[in-house]
Amino acid sequence: MDTELYQLELAIDQIGNKAAEFGLDFFPMRFELCPADVLYTIGAYGMPTRFTHWSFGKNYFRLKTMYDYNLSRIYELVVNSNPCYAFLLEGNTLIQNKLVIAHVFAHCDFFKNNAWFAKTNRDMIETMSVNAEQIREYEFLHGQREVEKILDSALAIQEHIDFYQIVKEKEEPEYQKKCQRENPYEDIWSIGEGEKEEVSPEEKRFPLAPEKDIMGFVMTNSHSLKDWQRDLLAMLREEMFYFWPQVETKIMNEGWAAYWHARILRAMDLSDEETLEFARLHASVLQTSRSQLNPYFLGMKIFEDIEKRWDKPSPEDQLKYDRRGGEGRDKIFEVRQMENDQSFLRNYLTQDLVRDLDLYLFKKQGSQWKVSDTEWEAVRDGIVGNLVNGGHPYLTVEDGNFRGNGNLYILHHHEGVDLDTYYLERTLPYVYDLWGKTVHLETILEERSVLFSFDGKKHTRTSS
Amino acid sequence: MKDQSIISRDNWSLHRKGELDQQRHNEKVKEAIKNNLSEIISEESVIMSDGKKITKLPIRTLDEYRFRFNYNKQKHAGQGSGGSQPGDVIGTEPGDGSGRGPGAGDEPGTDYYEADVSFEELSEMVFADLVLPRLKEKQKENLKAVSTRFNDVRKAGIFSNIDKKRTIIEAIKRNARQDSGKHNIIRDDLRFKTWEKVYSAESNAVVLAMMDTSGSMGNFEKYIARTFFFWMVRFLRTKYQNVEIVFLAHHTQAKEVSETEFFNKGESGGTKCSSVYRLALELIHERYSPDRYNIYPFHFSDGDNLPSDNETCAALIKEILPLCNLFGYGEITSPYYRNSTLISVFQGINEDNLTVVTIKNKKEIYPALKKFFSEKGESGGH
Repeated sequence: MDTELYQLELAIDQIGNKAAEFGLDFFPMRFELCPADVLYTIGAYGMPTRFTHWSFGKNYFRLKTMYDYNLSRIYELVVNSNPCYAFLLEGNTLIQNKLVIAHVFAHCDFFKNNAWFAKTNRDMIETMSVNAEQIREYEFLHGQREVEKILDSALAIQEHIDFYQIVKEKEEPEYQKKCQRENPYEDIWSIGEGEKEEVSPEEKRFPLAPEKDIMGFVMTNSHSLKDWQRDLLAMLREEMFYFWPQVETKIMNEGWAAYWHARILRAMDLSDEETLEFARLHASVLQTSRSQLNPYFLGMKIFEDIEKRWDKPSPEDQLKYDRRGGEGRDKIFEVRQMENDQSFLRNYLTQDLVRDLDLYLFKKQGSQWKVSDTEWEAVRDGIVGNLVNGGHPYLTVEDGNFRGNGNLYILHHHEGVDLDTYYLERTLPYVYDLWGKTVHLETILEERSVLFSFDGKKHTRTSS
Repeated sequence: MKDQSIISRDNWSLHRKGELDQQRHNEKVKEAIKNNLSEIISEESVIMSDGKKITKLPIRTLDEYRFRFNYNKQKHAGQGSGGSQPGDVIGTEPGDGSGRGPGAGDEPGTDYYEADVSFEELSEMVFADLVLPRLKEKQKENLKAVSTRFNDVRKAGIFSNIDKKRTIIEAIKRNARQDSGKHNIIRDDLRFKTWEKVYSAESNAVVLAMMDTSGSMGNFEKYIARTFFFWMVRFLRTKYQNVEIVFLAHHTQAKEVSETEFFNKGESGGTKCSSVYRLALELIHERYSPDRYNIYPFHFSDGDNLPSDNETCAALIKEILPLCNLFGYGEITSPYYRNSTLISVFQGINEDNLTVVTIKNKKEIYPALKKFFSEKGESGGH
């Protein structure tokens, strides 16, 4: 047994005990010590095992470059699974790894207890491994390029799933049985059955209501996909469902982990040298930036503020909310269970915090980026607004049989920010490849409604 | 807790997934570059790079396209050090990349990819399908022996070929990364030079690069001609050892100039193309006998020749053609109409070893290169 491993084993033991004393509740932990290139491989794929695609290679290269330039020396990697896997970097100093270990214990507590993760698959490592194996099989059968083509297209729309709908399905298996449905869209075939009245074709809506789950809709109703291609979409949709809550709780999750790694390490017997090194590392994790929010910093500050306000409530809070004081710890544990980033910020980012942390919104004016808002509610709403739907545009399928000839009609629910048209025109062909017939997307540009269409050969833009 | 947590160290040597997918990514980068060669090779930054620096090329095709917001129209959140006011300037560039904690995710605006493509790599792609057409063996007095050329650096090799400078740089980099305070050199730092044998072409060839530098050649026309010759010169020097290149510039008179002059010359006045053809013919007779040389005259002009000179040109061209392997004429067509250009003279000549191209814009330079330097040596046509 090598000394590095032995020292880490001791540290894990101590830190695990401390974390449990503080009330953190986590799955059994499996730490792996691995070399840098393996660490950023896992970082690039988001998981220890996943299918093969060039975009992961690109990501891998980016992380590797960051590491080589010394931009990210500590890199925490933890998988939401039971047991919970976490990866430590060989050659990190012991104190660096201690910080990462404490950080990871807190992440694991979050995965286990936050409500949004209740329905995630805790065996996802195995599932992804099976998916990867299946996709390799498809490559063998149909050729690497054919598989890559479908993956390229599927990845282009992977954010467009309906997380809450899938949660509902997972919660109510009975509900599915009752309808005897094999898929969420099957009920469209039975529209009108049982009702003897003939519905005129104009009144038949397909889908019945606007459908946010574009991945699922295309997978089920595509004109051109073969079974194995639909299977690829199903796998990617499932993987996206697994990642979704992580996207929706990033600020909370990182804030929670930073909050706890600081407290756990302060509660340990560190040498002077380690204390100094820890302070330096902690500061680097919390470094703020003028041009983007640091989730570690912001999340931690909000948790600390909640704790303070429930521990020592102001006289008016005592009266108004009947707050007795001394409830800070309980309160933050409750918050970490109930909220996601949007509700967390909406409920707990206060006027004082916005001012003290000097948060602002900025936007492009001419060729310069300038501060546009510092008023606290505007700032809070701006930050929350950017988090809606994981930061992705909200799109729904409005019509799967547009103009009666099987065209796909997607609507962008415009909430004040235009889409990137360069990207839009390059993404539509991917949707076309999956759908097999002309695809349309309606959005608003410069306050005018515009319809983008792609028919497999050419793009058209129609303003109305 | 002990039973709860386990730490282990596996053998990760087979874990090469990232590397493999990165290779596929790089393949795609190359594909993207190949598909865009026409645009890339006429980029000013590439031409100006002089083949020395690494050229950074933003390869847009490697974006991972998806539906996303227009970054420039969004309001983003940031954080100052206290008392920020509306109107404060944050910068002219979003996302300065600082302040990223460990494991920072993907931010918008950071997901485009800039490929580092060295000039050599780019050249290799450009030259991949180019050849000196219709090359024949001539008397071999200029034949050079096999030579070696150091052209690559690797991590394994023989110690006599160790690359000291690169080895030490590697060691310094690694020691800095490990923060160890030591300054030793380990095996992993070693870098060796490798070489390849270069066989000289078994033929002597001379290229007569002729360029119209008259007043009617505006900036655009000159840029096109220079870009073409820039790549041509590099191609010939990379692939053939025994190629001489002679630079001839002309307006109403022609003279032999140095390479530097050729690429930086601007003149004024009218155009008499016959002057340069005459000079070419003289050089062939004096210095480059067809018995000993493969001869390749290439001429670029906007075709705005004195009409009275056209007949003289036709006669001279017909005189040169039997002496040379391939005669190339490139006419840079301007947007405004000219009733008769030099190209009409060439169109009247039907010889196998005459290639004529017209170039309207930067994108057509690469196809022109391919047309001139292809084994088929197609004649005429547009």
